[in-house]
Amino acid sequence: MININEVLETNKMIEKENLDVRTITLGISLLDCIDSDLSRLNEKIYNKITTVAKKLVPTGNAIEKEFGIPIVNKRISVTPIALIGSAACKTSEDFVTIAKTLDRARKTVGVNFLGGYSALVSKGMTRADELLLRSIPQALAETELVCSSVNLGSTKTGIDMDAVRLMGDIIKETAERTKEQDSIGCSKLVVFCNAPDDNPFMAGAFHGVTEADAIINVGVSGPGVVKNALESVRGASFEVLCETIKKTAFKVTRVGQLVAQEASKRLGIPFGIVDLSLAPTPAIGDSVADILCEIGLEYAGAPGTTAALALLNDQVKKGGVMASSYVGGLSGAFIPVSEDQGMIDAVNAGALTIEKLEAMTCVCSVGLDMIAIPGDTKPSTIAGIIADELAIGMVNQKTTAVRIIPVIGKTVGDSAEFGGLLGHAPIMPVNPYSCDAFVNRGGRIPAPIHSFKN
Amino acid sequence: MKKTIITVVGKDTVGIIAKVCTYLAENKINILDISQTIVDDYFNMMMIADMSIAVKAVSEVSDDLDKLGKEIGVVIHCQREEIFNSMHRI
Repeated sequence: MININEVLETNKMIEKENLDVRTITLGISLLDCIDSDLSRLNEKIYNKITTVAKKLVPTGNAIEKEFGIPIVNKRISVTPIALIGSAACKTSEDFVTIAKTLDRARKTVGVNFLGGYSALVSKGMTRADELLLRSIPQALAETELVCSSVNLGSTKTGIDMDAVRLMGDIIKETAERTKEQDSIGCSKLVVFCNAPDDNPFMAGAFHGVTEADAIINVGVSGPGVVKNALESVRGASFEVLCETIKKTAFKVTRVGQLVAQEASKRLGIPFGIVDLSLAPTPAIGDSVADILCEIGLEYAGAPGTTAALALLNDQVKKGGVMASSYVGGLSGAFIPVSEDQGMIDAVNAGALTIEKLEAMTCVCSVGLDMIAIPGDTKPSTIAGIIADELAIGMVNQKTTAVRIIPVIGKTVGDSAEFGGLLGHAPIMPVNPYSCDAFVNRGGRIPAPIHSFKN
Repeated sequence: MKKTIITVVGKDTVGIIAKVCTYLAENKINILDISQTIVDDYFNMMMIADMSIAVKAVSEVSDDLDKLGKEIGVVIHCQREEIFNSMHRI
């Protein structure tokens, strides 16, 4: 039988160390909504989402209360809209009407975010894909909580550099359209290499075409719990350090597994995966950078950071995999800048640069995330940053992503305010040298060789 | 059996257990086990209770106990047992 110390330990994690279930994400396939008539398509999409997700928020709230564990977000992901709208949409404006329908459906069911305004163009773009990409700035400016993602490359296909170059312009235009709010539109837009089909986290969640009609995916979080556990083993060897992280990750993930199974049972929708990510928030004590400091660094970004992060990421997976029957999504430590107070402090102290962040993304999920850069950064430079990050994913057979925010009207020394879970970010300097001739070549980077690994 | 864990944390004072037990009795919730400890001068009590024949749902009981806790100046949680089992038992 459960003893009092175990009960108190669990409740301490929840109350003092910010243990929570970060999100229950309901993936919904919209493939059966496809129609060549735009208004009929919009109507079908609205009806399907509001029917399937009707009970999502009340169910989440009930689980939260009965188990006493906060479930911070209830979200929806849908099939990439470039596929769903391809028969009906003749212009970018046509695609924007779908974005608005998604936002309306999201509001009706009361979820925090809806993801899937997406296109998968890792090898090439169809006409519909390109129309969707070009509609992103308007769609994100005119909707509230719809998220967009674009898969630009994969280990099997290489990188679609035409789309990468285009996304440089799209990100810049998205920033321009939302410049009154520190270019917040870009926080809802992420580009990927090797995007997973079952990611429950925003902005990159979409419901892949390989998935069932509807599925429940859950993302857990507990950087504060790991940090607190590590406080008790200061100065101990790597063996002790790793064992402590593993045990903690196991406990945290078990809660996610329980919530996922319970939600699946109550909604009558199959359980997909638990995403084993350490996802920070701007709240004090809910930081991945603080864990790195607890491991022994003065600031995130100091020499040793990549090794510490590699160790952390691996132990979280080792502990988490046994705790859950199905693991998927991104599964790793997130290192967003604006959403993590420890990262912000490191940038302000001059300890952390974009180049170091790029190195860190080689060993963790998911990439250059929530990084504010000067508003006058050229689109071709943004495309260059994206190409670098995607190359890491392509060669290392892992997911990488870029969610970067050129904050219009601001420059190094200023700070961008996004509010809520998105936090705030100091503007980081970008390498000033040009890559125009590289990104303007056109075409694709071929897929890498999978043998002769050295 | 539908087990829930009720925890009471706060400054020790006369009648805490009495008030909680009275509420449980009125709502047909059977207490299976009680344990308590003092952590950092705070009174910590845990009850394992069976709600099989309880008149109210867990979420409702949780709300009621939260309110009762506020009246007597302690924090009371009522949670289904599964969350602790899943975290601490393989």
